[in-house]
Amino acid sequence: MGGFFEAIGDVITNEVTYSGAMRFAALLAFAAIGETIAEKAGTLNISLEGMLLGGAFAGALGMHLTESVTVGLAFATVVGVVVASVQANMSHRLTANQFVVGLALNTLVLGIASFLNTSIQPVSRAAHRFEIPGVSEIPLVGDAFFNQPWPLYLVYPMVPAAWWLLYRTRWGLEVRSVGENPQAADVSGIDVNKRRRQSIYIAGFTSGLGGGYLVLGQIGRFEDAIVGGQGFIAIAAVIFGGWTMRGVIGGCVLFGTVNSFRLTLPTVGHELNSELLSAAPFVVTIVTVTFFAYRTREPRALAQPFVRGLT
Amino acid sequence: MNEQARPLPAEDSAAAVSAASERAPSRLSEAGVAAAMYLGCIVIALIVSAIIVWVTGGSPQDVFSALLDGSLRAPGRWGETIGIAIPLVVVALGTAINGRAGVVNIGQEGQVMMGAAFAAYVGVNLAGPGPLVIVCLLIVGALAGAMWAGIASWLLYWRRVPEVLTTLLLITVASQATGYALKVDWLLLAPFREDRSVRNQVSDQLSTGVRLPRIDIWGNDFPISSIAVVLMAVIVFVLFRRSVWGFRLRMLGRNPRTAQRAGVSTVTYGTTAMLISGACAGVAGAMMLSGGDFGNYRFTPGFANNIGWEGLLVALVARSHPVGIVVVAFSFAGLRAGSGFLAATGVEREISQVVLALLVLALLVPPAILFIRERRRALSATRDRT
Repeated sequence: MGGFFEAIGDVITNEVTYSGAMRFAALLAFAAIGETIAEKAGTLNISLEGMLLGGAFAGALGMHLTESVTVGLAFATVVGVVVASVQANMSHRLTANQFVVGLALNTLVLGIASFLNTSIQPVSRAAHRFEIPGVSEIPLVGDAFFNQPWPLYLVYPMVPAAWWLLYRTRWGLEVRSVGENPQAADVSGIDVNKRRRQSIYIAGFTSGLGGGYLVLGQIGRFEDAIVGGQGFIAIAAVIFGGWTMRGVIGGCVLFGTVNSFRLTLPTVGHELNSELLSAAPFVVTIVTVTFFAYRTREPRALAQPFVRGLT
Repeated sequence: MNEQARPLPAEDSAAAVSAASERAPSRLSEAGVAAAMYLGCIVIALIVSAIIVWVTGGSPQDVFSALLDGSLRAPGRWGETIGIAIPLVVVALGTAINGRAGVVNIGQEGQVMMGAAFAAYVGVNLAGPGPLVIVCLLIVGALAGAMWAGIASWLLYWRRVPEVLTTLLLITVASQATGYALKVDWLLLAPFREDRSVRNQVSDQLSTGVRLPRIDIWGNDFPISSIAVVLMAVIVFVLFRRSVWGFRLRMLGRNPRTAQRAGVSTVTYGTTAMLISGACAGVAGAMMLSGGDFGNYRFTPGFANNIGWEGLLVALVARSHPVGIVVVAFSFAGLRAGSGFLAATGVEREISQVVLALLVLALLVPPAILFIRERRRALSATRDRT
């Protein structure tokens, strides 16, 4: 047991841990920000995983075609929104079961991405690092926050923007009301399903961007297993954070850190079983959600379709 | 909103009745419309997949004929298709049960893994007469699957953790845990042998005595569990249609508050449904292992091979109807069996996954449209009455 604490000590005094944690947390945050808005409107959006994967592949493809990271990211957001539009229209226009749509979409995106990946084999590389002078000198965490591949910095303005959108605009108020009590929202003249579709589009935009960041900012090339359940962990981060922006970001940082521990432990010279380490983020997620989700309250109409006249 | 714009409904009730009867078409034509809609959606899904193949430079015609050859036409292939359909049906029947109770279980993939892993342990290590070991192995598989689903339902009713999330996350935990077991000698890893140079991460092969017997019809062979699976479908059908238990489950799924008032305990029935669902997935894993169509009687990393996911989709597409489940499972199994023949056409086998997902999405559309139409008709009927 002493060895274990020693290992943890080694890890938390290592700068690499913080950089890694930041990179994982950013990926989760890209996805979780959009998911928070979608869940506030009442959709438990399982296709987040597919949106991330679609964004990742589109990012690699855009890079392959134009050699430009910016174009890659643009491709990624477009594909994210396309996936979102299928989810939105199937589950909130046709009112098909949102879980079924989400699962089918995850399978579809994985199928298309791996199919096109083997037939096109896009070549991509990671974006260059961009060091923000001055602040990146802060010991231990300076590098983590301010010396990263530049697509990561996109997540910083997105957090306050999403908060403002959700809590300081009329649209945000309508979205929240639609997720709490769709019947009342409908009676007061809000188009419930339209607001829900729009919130899913936003989720598609942010997580598509997240996928693009994953491939162009973090890993550098596309593989089928590139997302590997991170989308589901992002959903867990939303639940962990109790559907508040602050809590959700806290969840992303926590789960990102666990993920980073998994990678840094072997590099600082501690041997641990790789399967158990890979399972660790998922176990930690389940345990923390178990102990924290109890105190929060989900949007009351979460995962319930709205059809007028049918409560 | 548009109600306000409409003129006031006619005072004359006779006129209203005739208008309503004009709108309500006969049952037969209704069924025809539904069938046409299903057919149209399937055709659209196939056309979209053909376009994807065509754009990437393959020949759609070759692909579809390879899929047909691989699933039905080539000798011995429909036996293979049945072998794949068996676990799909079992997983889907379990999913139908928890879906009926309004509890979500989307972690079948992990439950299949756990079922297969525990079954492999029992099958390799338990000494005894073959049939007895097979029964033990199936039971242990069921228990393992039920345990894995039970974690999710326990957290749901103890701590209100959404079961959607826990079942999903437990999939990865299951696959990593079983991967770990395959690295450790005293769990599942096969003992070292001289004849294999590399020590692979696989379990020992089940000895011939503890394999499920196979039926052979005209060169198509499939495990005997197929008969058990058909029986299971019948049992679920009867439970749903004719039993108090099935009715209570449906009541719980449709309206939990009414169910509560009628004395149906949410916790008891919800947990039971979840455990049965997990047990089905676990048995499916055990059947896959001892049936021989997957992994050649060995447990390997990634053994479940998406069967859990596809079984879940089968149940959702078949709208939890036992007969529909058998039909849909057979067609999905055909796609998977057929994808083995795709290599000759030069198109990657992932295309079968694309076709499958497009079919699932397409099959969601007709019931949704029918539901909306019915809803509109009901709404306009109430408007006429007031």
